[in-house]
Amino acid sequence: MLILHCPYCGVDAEETELHAGGQAHLTRETVGSDDEAFEDYLFMRENPKGVHFERWRHASGCGKWFHAARCTTTLEVFGTYSAQTTAPPREICDAISGKRPGWSWKTFSARMFS
Amino acid sequence: MSEVQGLLRSDGFVAVRQLPLRGMITVKGDLSATALKNVATGLSGVDFPGPRECNCVGDNGIAWMAPDEILLMVTHATIPDAMAKVAATLQGQHYLAADVSDARTIFELEGAGVREVIAKLAPVDLAPDVFPPSAFRRTRLGQVPAAFWLKDNQTAELICFRSVTQYVFDILTHAARANTQVSYF
Ligand SMILES: [Zn+2]
Repeated sequence: MLILHCPYCGVDAEETELHAGGQAHLTRETVGSDDEAFEDYLFMRENPKGVHFERWRHASGCGKWFHAARCTTTLEVFGTYSAQTTAPPREICDAISGKRPGWSWKTFSARMFS
Repeated sequence: MSEVQGLLRSDGFVAVRQLPLRGMITVKGDLSATALKNVATGLSGVDFPGPRECNCVGDNGIAWMAPDEILLMVTHATIPDAMAKVAATLQGQHYLAADVSDARTIFELEGAGVREVIAKLAPVDLAPDVFPPSAFRRTRLGQVPAAFWLKDNQTAELICFRSVTQYVFDILTHAARANTQVSYF
């Protein structure tokens, strides 16, 4: 059972109180984007074994969307953070680096803040 | 559709009672704004709650719903006045106020095992040191959204959507059946 701390209301919510929102930090392609970028945005998603970034909504709670960084193999949660960002904040990346040295995910990696 | 009203069952280890309609106004806005706090505390007569808290006396209260949302409770008959007062006080500010009174049902649960009845149905730690009286939680109850707070260690108030009144009453009374107490807390 996954338990995520909602950064908005402060509740440690278990999975059944949450709604999964899929991969985090997508770039929303739009008018003017080329076909390849658009296809990527619409259809291509990361499916990592290990560090992953996701969107979640505290659906049966305060109702807010937030971000979570976790490990898909162990279900370990590295941290949750605000939805109002396009990249994981430093403390989240540091927390992941402490547990999974050398991690990388799309354009984010352990090197970002080293 | 016939209206479900006045549901009551008290043969379990916790009594479940549907309360009469209560005035409820959802207010969204900047919870640190003086005008918002003043109109909420002025209309309800209770202190402004902190995060995950509800202050409620009788029909009047304020529940903290989210960092930008409160539920303002008043007696049902005073709703038009309360809505007018909110509008007048917050005019020109970025806010939203909606009268949700008729969208809601409110239950009172009473009995020494009140924590247990709720804990059987909601994914919430109801241990006395974690969830003291005045703590407030928006969550799910069985399969539907609900919110509750403890008035004291034996009494809780619980709100849900009016459309699921019968379902919520049924699962509450089922969880409160006599001789099903786990005595965990
Ligand atoms: Zn929340």
